[in-house]
Amino acid sequence: MISNYAFRKFKNHFFFILCAVCVVLAVVPLLSILWEVIVRGAPQLSINFLISTNANGGIGPAIQGTLILIGLTSLIGIPIGILSGIYLAEFGNNHYAATMRSINDILTEFPSIVVGITAYGVIVIALIGSYSAIAGAIALSFILIPIVARTTEESLKLVPNSVREASLALGAHKWRTTLSVVLPSAKSGLITGTLLAVARISGETAPLIMTILGNRYFFQGLDQPMAALPLEIWRDSLQPYASAQAQGWGAALILILIVLSLNIAVRLASRGRFKK
Amino acid sequence: MTTPQQKTVESDLKMQSIGLNAWFGQKQALKDINVDIKANTVTAIIGPSGCGKSTFIRCLNRMHELIPNAKMTGQILLDGENIFDKTVDPVMVRRRVGMVFQKPNPFPTMTIYDNVAAGLRLTGAKKGKNLDEVVKRSLEQATLWDEVKDDLKKPGTSISGGQQQRLCIARAIALQPEVILMDEPCSALDPIATAKIERLVVELKRDYTVVIVTHNMQQASRVSDYTAFMYLGSLIEFGSTKDIFESPKNQLTEKYITGEFG
Repeated sequence: MISNYAFRKFKNHFFFILCAVCVVLAVVPLLSILWEVIVRGAPQLSINFLISTNANGGIGPAIQGTLILIGLTSLIGIPIGILSGIYLAEFGNNHYAATMRSINDILTEFPSIVVGITAYGVIVIALIGSYSAIAGAIALSFILIPIVARTTEESLKLVPNSVREASLALGAHKWRTTLSVVLPSAKSGLITGTLLAVARISGETAPLIMTILGNRYFFQGLDQPMAALPLEIWRDSLQPYASAQAQGWGAALILILIVLSLNIAVRLASRGRFKK
Repeated sequence: MTTPQQKTVESDLKMQSIGLNAWFGQKQALKDINVDIKANTVTAIIGPSGCGKSTFIRCLNRMHELIPNAKMTGQILLDGENIFDKTVDPVMVRRRVGMVFQKPNPFPTMTIYDNVAAGLRLTGAKKGKNLDEVVKRSLEQATLWDEVKDDLKKPGTSISGGQQQRLCIARAIALQPEVILMDEPCSALDPIATAKIERLVVELKRDYTVVIVTHNMQQASRVSDYTAFMYLGSLIEFGSTKDIFESPKNQLTEKYITGEFG
């Protein structure tokens, strides 16, 4: 009895320690990357670095381009993604939805370079006829939509059915129930999922090479090539010059800061009355 | 609408279940249920677990069909009109036939006030109505007003289970339905909260017709005017509560109410 107890107690400790060690293993690379980016990027930061063009030693166009891309992509992708997710979760008890769900899952894991090539063929060559900001935003929405749809579906499914029934039993229509009762109940999951998706597309590089190309100047129009931070980082890292590489580290730090502040801002803005 | 002069014995009938069958997929949950529900009375549905009590009342406001693969046949008349008719919108049926669930289910993202007002807001029925008044009146009718009148802005889930259940009753009566269905409304509550809900049920029949599912026979005998005893999806006996409890005609009913099984 006693030895058995000691063994079980040992197992308990053992697995606790194993989990704790794995957390450290998972976090160490992340922290070291973050540390490297801060140490190498921080010295670059200055007002000039943030607002002037490459010719004047700054990454202004890339910052502007990334902000435009995040905004445009969110504008296109979030509504489509959330509405598809609502369909899959609330009205998706049929073959059509089951098919869409599988296709969606495949798209979530699609190599982003393929998305870039698709956008290149369809939008850059066929529709617009030039590398362009809008092509980049559309390519990034292809990546954003399936992730948002999936996380929306998952968050809505977590809302207990009793809440839906309460609303339907009052004589509310299904759509009204979804909009006014189910969506608010799933709010925090929806926001987290959407933010993660936006953070993911903010750092995408491959599709941008094929769509927005890059630009040494500030925003020229939606149908013109545009700069973006991931492209800036990629190009700078290929340069043999130390100053260009340093600029790349600075750009990486800025990209991290943008994603982080976006995250914090949305969380502050959406903090509800019933925060758990 | 019948005027009082035309009122006959039949017009006392608020709802009628005629030859009602219900299925979950292949499994038949209700077999040929015939029950007459009189206006301004409390009708209790009793029977052992799994006998179809909840399924029955979920047919009365067409909530049953929301379950995938669920099916029902027969007729449910509400004021003489068949609510299963193709031309009848289930949403309108549910406006007239409100429901209180087994587990209190206030909307978790809404305040107490918003929970009561939810029915009017969600159905677009708030036009020309003073929401404050409706909320106050409904909470008063649900005997909850005095306990929450200073906390209307608190979350609906912040009050006790018994209070939440009365909040759900207030939410249902804010829409002034004609019938209120209650699906074991006290099963998750303590005896004191249960006693409050029972008093409330008796109060409610002045303005509404109440159908209450309960597995508690004492509760049925305390609150109801009519009782239906169901067993394995069939209606075994239906009559005045007094008759059912004092002189049941069917042996099964007698065995159940004397506690021999169930």
